[in-house]
Amino acid sequence: MKKIMLLGDEAIAQAALDAGISGMYAYPGTPSTEIMEYVQNSAQAAGNNVCRSWSANEKTAMEAALGMSYAGKRAMVAMKHVGLNVAADGFINSALTGVNGGLIVVSADDPSMHSSQNEQDSRFYAKFAMVPCYEPSNQQEAYDMIFDAFETSEKYSLPVLFRITTRLAHSRASVELRDSIEQKPLTLPSDKLQFVLLPSVARNKYKALLETWEMLKFENRLAKYNLFTDRHSRRLGIICCGIAHNYLLENFGEETVEFPVLKISAYPVPKDIIRDITDRCSEILVLEEGYPFIEESIRGILDNGIKVWGRLDGTVPRDGELNPSIVGKALGKKTGSVMKVPDIVRMRPPSFCKGCGHADMYNALNEALLAYGPGRVFSDIGCYTLAALPPYNSINSCVDMGASVTMAIGAADAGLFPSVAVIGDSTFTHSGMTGLLDAVVKNSPVTIIISDNSTTGMTGGQQSQAEGRLQQICEGIGVHKEHLREIIPLRKNHEENVRIMKEEFEYRGVSVIIASRECIQTASRRKKEEASKE
Amino acid sequence: MKNDIILCGVGGQGIISIASAIGLAALENNLFLKQSEVHGMSQRGGDVQSHLRISDRNVFSDIIPHGSADLILSVEPMEALRYLPWLSEDGWIVTNSNPFVNIPDYPPVEDILSEIRKIKNNIIIDADGIARAAGFPRAGNIVILGAASSHIDLPFSSLENAIRKLFGRKGDEIVEGNLKALETGRDFRC
Repeated sequence: MKKIMLLGDEAIAQAALDAGISGMYAYPGTPSTEIMEYVQNSAQAAGNNVCRSWSANEKTAMEAALGMSYAGKRAMVAMKHVGLNVAADGFINSALTGVNGGLIVVSADDPSMHSSQNEQDSRFYAKFAMVPCYEPSNQQEAYDMIFDAFETSEKYSLPVLFRITTRLAHSRASVELRDSIEQKPLTLPSDKLQFVLLPSVARNKYKALLETWEMLKFENRLAKYNLFTDRHSRRLGIICCGIAHNYLLENFGEETVEFPVLKISAYPVPKDIIRDITDRCSEILVLEEGYPFIEESIRGILDNGIKVWGRLDGTVPRDGELNPSIVGKALGKKTGSVMKVPDIVRMRPPSFCKGCGHADMYNALNEALLAYGPGRVFSDIGCYTLAALPPYNSINSCVDMGASVTMAIGAADAGLFPSVAVIGDSTFTHSGMTGLLDAVVKNSPVTIIISDNSTTGMTGGQQSQAEGRLQQICEGIGVHKEHLREIIPLRKNHEENVRIMKEEFEYRGVSVIIASRECIQTASRRKKEEASKE
Repeated sequence: MKNDIILCGVGGQGIISIASAIGLAALENNLFLKQSEVHGMSQRGGDVQSHLRISDRNVFSDIIPHGSADLILSVEPMEALRYLPWLSEDGWIVTNSNPFVNIPDYPPVEDILSEIRKIKNNIIIDADGIARAAGFPRAGNIVILGAASSHIDLPFSSLENAIRKLFGRKGDEIVEGNLKALETGRDFRC
């Protein structure tokens, strides 16, 4: 069998290809981006004609994948954890419609917020929607689980949530591959109303889902991914979820753990397997990456049962990702001496690349706003969010994809003048366009700067759906031509750009300023590729 | 046999190519390997690190426990210090001496270097200068890898083979330059 080195993300992508997907759908987002990138670069995917274009956002990706499933073929959709918020409407309801071809929704959580706005735990979404959830602990398991997840999806006619976290997504290890399965033929659902969630249909569907949920718990008693290993201790038992299991073994090695261990990697978790361990031990330590999901359910509101240690009592920190040292400490393991970071070491936050167009745009914006005072710029998610830091200190918000435009509208409603939004090209087509329509319809006095670097920069330069379309989109939504301005953010244009911004601030209606200059990283990569083709 | 290595530097300095070279060499020797990388926001000029773990036995954790790294291999001197909590008491620091200054409050480089010298086992190398003088200015990374090679439990020839694989597509000249860089680094004595 073939063995290759793969990131966790890549193992998932390769498994999906080997399990015969016909479509891969995604919007870039750390730490999930490499799943789609792998599929896009795969000769196997090209040879099998697997659909693999980026989607405008996670919701459109989710829905397209559901459409592929409707047509009887296997599909995967991948996103970062907050992307699942965007896709939630389709995701939750897909539990009611069910699937036809197998459907896996990968959500990559980012505990410790390495590249994110929060550290929400996607397992809650699986419970909320009442769908099965898998959480692999290593790259090989991630690969193998995808095959089972597709089977589970088709067996119960439900999408499966596949939860990973940053460390697995971005860590490389050797993975043994299986023979690949052929893609499924186009087959329509036998029940023509399966996907029609009219209330009368949905009520029945929901009753059926409630029953399936209990069946899933029953199935997970025997799931090979929920593994109970009994050992001699009767004092402490350990429950580990997903990647936490690695940190336990790192501390003790497989031979020397003295505690009974329940490793959970398949949800929902039935009562029986929890009982296996709570009946044997007088205390339980719960180790899980993310929120205290299992811990809370074992404690219950009253928390008057078995003694539980975990994130809620401070045995494990309440926030942030786990690591071997935290787990060792929770188990009372003595640590050797650890050196400190010397005081001389300074923070080195990420910053704009040399020659970045966003930087020139912000220099102009800062000057244009001098006369009005600070606190007037709503921004969004992308490289341009770095202007929150010195020396720019230009922006006053970064909340969720598209919120710059709509928060600017609300603040203008409240009387803030000028009310400015700064949004990137890819973020604009992700979720900014609908907000712009709101602004146009009520002629809101806002100035929206689309900082267009013609790529999805922060995640490594993926194709932007906005490329070459921004002006037409804005015109089509109804922005007046005379207030749809285009500038090139270069130092030599600084004075002119400041003047244009000031003019548009003073206009009491919707202005859009498109500041276009290709991302310096994307440009140099493109030039290298072009040179190598010649 | 087990080597836990922290590779570090600043986003864009290309620590991934060092990681790939060690990874390929480890695979050639049929070792277990886990390599955790940083993708995303920090790649924009922030501090980046990769945890590389090679062993003749199964590796569990993707990240190295505190106080247990055998080697910090850094392409930037201040970054070498940032990961001291991971270094074991007997561990080595092998670092480039040339600062990458992209923050306003970067400390005097002499202060940084004297802090590094406080660590028992340290090698400070002007990798960029050596690479430039030898006529392969872009191979500073590989000079540092060469300087660290005696503290990595892999045959030197495996690292050479890895360089050949890694740069093979870029032509013989680049391969030879990087092999020379690896050798020059290995022969460096502070």
